[in-house]
Amino acid sequence: MSQYKLIRCTINGKEVERMIDVRASLTDLLRNDFHLTSVKKGCEVGECGACNVLIDGECYNSCIYLAAWADGKNIRTLESLTGPNGELSDIQQAFLEEAAIQCGFCTPGFIMTAVEILETGKLYTRDELRKLLSGHLCRCTGYENILNAVEKTMKRRLGMPTE
Amino acid sequence: MYDLKALYEATSVQNAVELRLEHPEAQIIAGGSDVLVQMREGKRAGKELISIYGLDELRGVTIDADENIRIGSLTSFSHITRDPIIQKYINVLGEAVDMVGGPQIRNIGTIGGNTCNGVTSADSASTLHAWEAIVELTGKNGVRRLPIKDFYIKAGQVDIRVEDGEIQTAILIPKASYENTFGHYIKYAMRNAMDIATLGCSVNVRLSPDKKTIERARIAYGVAGPVPMRAESAEAAANGAPSTREVIERFGLAVLNDIHPRDSWRASKAFRQHIAVEMAKRCLLESIRLAGGEIE
Amino acid sequence: MSIVGKSEIRVDAYDKATGRTKYYEDRMPPDALYVRIRHSEIAHGIVRSVDTTEAEKIKGVVKVLTCFDAPEIDFPTAGHPWSMDPEHQDVADRRLLNTHVRYYGDDVAVVIAEDEVAAMQGVRAIKVEYDPLPFVLDPQKAMEDGAPQLHEAYEHNILKHTSIRKGDYENAIRESGLIRVEGWYETPTVQHCHIENHGCFAYEENGRITVVSSTQIPHIVRRVVGQAIGRPWADVQIIKPYIGGGFGNKQDALYEPLCAWCSTQVGGRPVRIDCSREETFVSNRVRHAIRFHITSWIRKDGSMAARKVDLFSNQGAYASHGHSIVAKAMGSFPQLYPCDNMECDAYTVYTNLPAAGAMRGYGMPQASFANDSNIEECAHAIGMDPVEYRNRYIMPQGFEDGFSKNVNYYDSHRECLEKGKELIDYDRKVREFANDKGPIRRGIGCASFWYNTAVWPIALETSSNRMLLNLDGTVTMQCGETEIGQGADTAFSQMAAEAIGLKSYRDVHVVSCQDTDVTPTGLGAYASRQTYVAGFSIRQTAELLKQKIFAYANKLTRQSVDNMEVRDGNVVRKSDGKVLISLSELAMTAQYNQQDSEHITAESTFTIKNNAYSFGCTFAEVEVDIPMCKVTVKNIVNVHDCGNLINPALAEAQVHGGMSMAIGYGLSEQLLFDPKTGRPLNNNLLDYKLSTVLDHPDLEAAFIENPEPTSVFGTKALGEPPACSGAPAIRNAIYNATGVALYKLPMNPHNLFAAFTEAGLIRDPWQEG
Repeated sequence: MSQYKLIRCTINGKEVERMIDVRASLTDLLRNDFHLTSVKKGCEVGECGACNVLIDGECYNSCIYLAAWADGKNIRTLESLTGPNGELSDIQQAFLEEAAIQCGFCTPGFIMTAVEILETGKLYTRDELRKLLSGHLCRCTGYENILNAVEKTMKRRLGMPTE
Repeated sequence: MYDLKALYEATSVQNAVELRLEHPEAQIIAGGSDVLVQMREGKRAGKELISIYGLDELRGVTIDADENIRIGSLTSFSHITRDPIIQKYINVLGEAVDMVGGPQIRNIGTIGGNTCNGVTSADSASTLHAWEAIVELTGKNGVRRLPIKDFYIKAGQVDIRVEDGEIQTAILIPKASYENTFGHYIKYAMRNAMDIATLGCSVNVRLSPDKKTIERARIAYGVAGPVPMRAESAEAAANGAPSTREVIERFGLAVLNDIHPRDSWRASKAFRQHIAVEMAKRCLLESIRLAGGEIE
Repeated sequence: MSIVGKSEIRVDAYDKATGRTKYYEDRMPPDALYVRIRHSEIAHGIVRSVDTTEAEKIKGVVKVLTCFDAPEIDFPTAGHPWSMDPEHQDVADRRLLNTHVRYYGDDVAVVIAEDEVAAMQGVRAIKVEYDPLPFVLDPQKAMEDGAPQLHEAYEHNILKHTSIRKGDYENAIRESGLIRVEGWYETPTVQHCHIENHGCFAYEENGRITVVSSTQIPHIVRRVVGQAIGRPWADVQIIKPYIGGGFGNKQDALYEPLCAWCSTQVGGRPVRIDCSREETFVSNRVRHAIRFHITSWIRKDGSMAARKVDLFSNQGAYASHGHSIVAKAMGSFPQLYPCDNMECDAYTVYTNLPAAGAMRGYGMPQASFANDSNIEECAHAIGMDPVEYRNRYIMPQGFEDGFSKNVNYYDSHRECLEKGKELIDYDRKVREFANDKGPIRRGIGCASFWYNTAVWPIALETSSNRMLLNLDGTVTMQCGETEIGQGADTAFSQMAAEAIGLKSYRDVHVVSCQDTDVTPTGLGAYASRQTYVAGFSIRQTAELLKQKIFAYANKLTRQSVDNMEVRDGNVVRKSDGKVLISLSELAMTAQYNQQDSEHITAESTFTIKNNAYSFGCTFAEVEVDIPMCKVTVKNIVNVHDCGNLINPALAEAQVHGGMSMAIGYGLSEQLLFDPKTGRPLNNNLLDYKLSTVLDHPDLEAAFIENPEPTSVFGTKALGEPPACSGAPAIRNAIYNATGVALYKLPMNPHNLFAAFTEAGLIRDPWQEG
């Protein structure tokens, strides 16, 4: 017997209501019901970070988060960052400019963690940034340019020189 | 999509107890970073789950009427690390849980889940042992408290009475344990993030007012045995002794009388023994330093 | 050149930064059925029976297929171009499902179901009975008499044995005063760990079968699917969308054949196979673990009198890329540190482990570890600085390889070594670190490599290209070469814009998705070949396109075609630079001319009969915490001569990724198997220690841009080279720091503990009392 639950939550600024299968993960919900394909599946056990999304301002691997728990939550995915006319946010633009993107599969997860970091409004050292980004695996970039993109955006937002 | 049979979401602690009594076969799920992974592996496939994740009453760190530090069982690792009470009185616990997995895991993972799954490698467990934490369980007969060392029965098994509908509701650190005490944790792992401990070592000390004598030293390990454990002969070697290099050396070697790690594909017994000694020494040295002591 | 050589933003970066890039799973038909595979739980045996009764009862299960249902067709899987010579064709030893299972994780049966959970439940409900056979995991043990036999046709499990004989080794070692430097060097089984697992879906349409797959090699996969399911190759259409990395794992036909066959078994309905991470580790491909035995005979001045190298390559259960990998590893020895008298023997041996295939570096990371470790010991043996030793004895300027005809035109090796030395501040650090005597010591080391570009003359090298002039004067381009994350599409855009004469690389629209029904035939992403080979077809096709443009422009302007060129998107008169007509106006006029309509397009194939040496080295600085058995890389620099850079920023980024992979190879990565059962122990991203961002220092990439004379744009291999020399550089740095020479990768705490204990650097507390 399948079990369903009605959930109400905010996804990328929009209040939504869905009847969900309680067996679904948040990844399933976002990808299948809302076609938010930036949420990637790389391991489905919380080890790679590709499915990372913001829930009430904190980062979570949506693969190991039950869709049922989304009830009442404010969820943001990478799709929320792009403006109505396709404008990129500063952190997305930095990923472009710093050549921080290769295959692109880890990119959405990384950018959403970067959003959490940047929204603290704090200045972190490069080593602190490494720790804050360490929940994501990437095989293409060696992380170097990803760090650069996050560091530069952080400094720009704080009005600091980036070179 | 998880292969789960049914999901019961508790609306209060009382309701969780009732659900547990009603569905004794069901598995409690807190943050799910262990339970869901096991379910996907097939180990818990087809099971019913009782979710307590929504119980905000079990979140947060406070000082209770008896001056215990009270950590709600659903408090996430990241919230423990950032908590001012933790930072003030038992910062090492915040540091230890800041080494669990990666940031996203630390947002979902809870201290209750970390202890209830009964695994020896849990990053919180050695520090909780070294600080003689008290586990609070709530069931149909009310609240039961027991020392953390008694909570762990064997690998993967803890003292939660399902027949009484018990769930873990808090972890307490008594004042006598945290007062004027400073500690350090070393997680030995094969990489610097997203890893489980090959060995975890947590040490804390209280020094004499002149900072020259170790009044009390406590040390506990994860992965040095099937469950987290104290190293009592090492503690005996340091208690009341002057804080000198020699004592640190003696303290380190003494742990070999206490610990019994095993050979596994993750690490050999000989290797774990070797690093256990080194970690004990480094942890004690750092704890003494944090307590304001000096080693000549 | 004005467009090539610039650090432009990737053409696909915007979509990837906004999440709209479509990978195979993002194109999934909503009605696709889930296929889940039942893998064997023994390392070797014969399937006696498969009981599907319980599985078939599960609600949602559509069909269960077993090894007894699968066609009895043996097929090859390697992503090599087809060879018309049967002798050179890949070994066909694979079946869709297997009654004879040869490794723990082999494919036995599938469940096709309407939903994921039903498919998983179905797989668990299948009951398989086996007649177990003895198994063997070590290649040298597998070669022994009486070892378990994996494939009947290959006695002693030897898939292939080849040799190199040069000069007279036996006679050369009689020279008096020679110093013998000998060692066994061992490299582990590792996996690619692209973040997107392999997956695909298949369906039938108009009597043909389509597979949309996460692959590097769509055209080759078409052929393999045809072979595997016994259909004409032209019946198969492969579509390759964006993929989340490949690194060689997806340079093989993985589950496309099985997926295609499953669709045919359910009336052509769409079916999907999505590998889990656990399956990716075990049931795709891994990198060959190779064991080397090197004996070097050097004179007092360090010169190499004779050298003997034996290589034992662990192929695992199926041939895949087979002997090609260890053959390439063996072939590197006579070239990197040339020696007149050599005896080399390479064996590729079947064992009961996951099949090894291509992985970034194709034998070279293994060879580099063995060779540059041994060379380091040669330098030590005569008390010479290891960089100086390399400078003296490495492949000299003018060296030409007899087989590939590759030439070291510029003395690139020494240039790279000099630059690396300077960047890491080698001389000062060597002096300073020599004083470290405590428990924590620092050290510095280096290693060199060369790499081929493309596969000529071993196999076919061909590149096809199609260009369409659009009505706005831009060009749409289709290439057989694939974007797999490395930035190929951007490099192709830059080269095409340059070759045609467009204003910007943004005026070239590369059709990133290959569809074998419409994309010109190409071989795909491997052998660090694409930028090099595509250069030829891009230039040739651009010339054809321009001829057509000029011919039409001539009709409109009456100017001589010989006096025309395309500059910034306009047809101009060469002699005075006057703009005759813009490409946009020309295209519009040509398209809509009622008397003389033409859609201006060009297409061509170029057969490349060249190869090119790519060079480089790594310098690594480490800190070794001896009591804790831990190594921290403090600084690391890669220097590459890959010819001219098409896009320096992307080149640098690609080097970073390779360096990261090399650090993991050196320090932490290893896929482990239970010796008692052959069961994989750590096939997940928690237990397999891929480096995180906290496990590296900042990565530094530097370049020497010596233009490659055989290359259209002066460029050559860069994809794989960055992964080659990192591990031995770290190894040599540890040697420098501690005096302990390590012989086994990864240099993780377990192996360091053993080596440091043996060297007396670690005391046994039990012995001390």
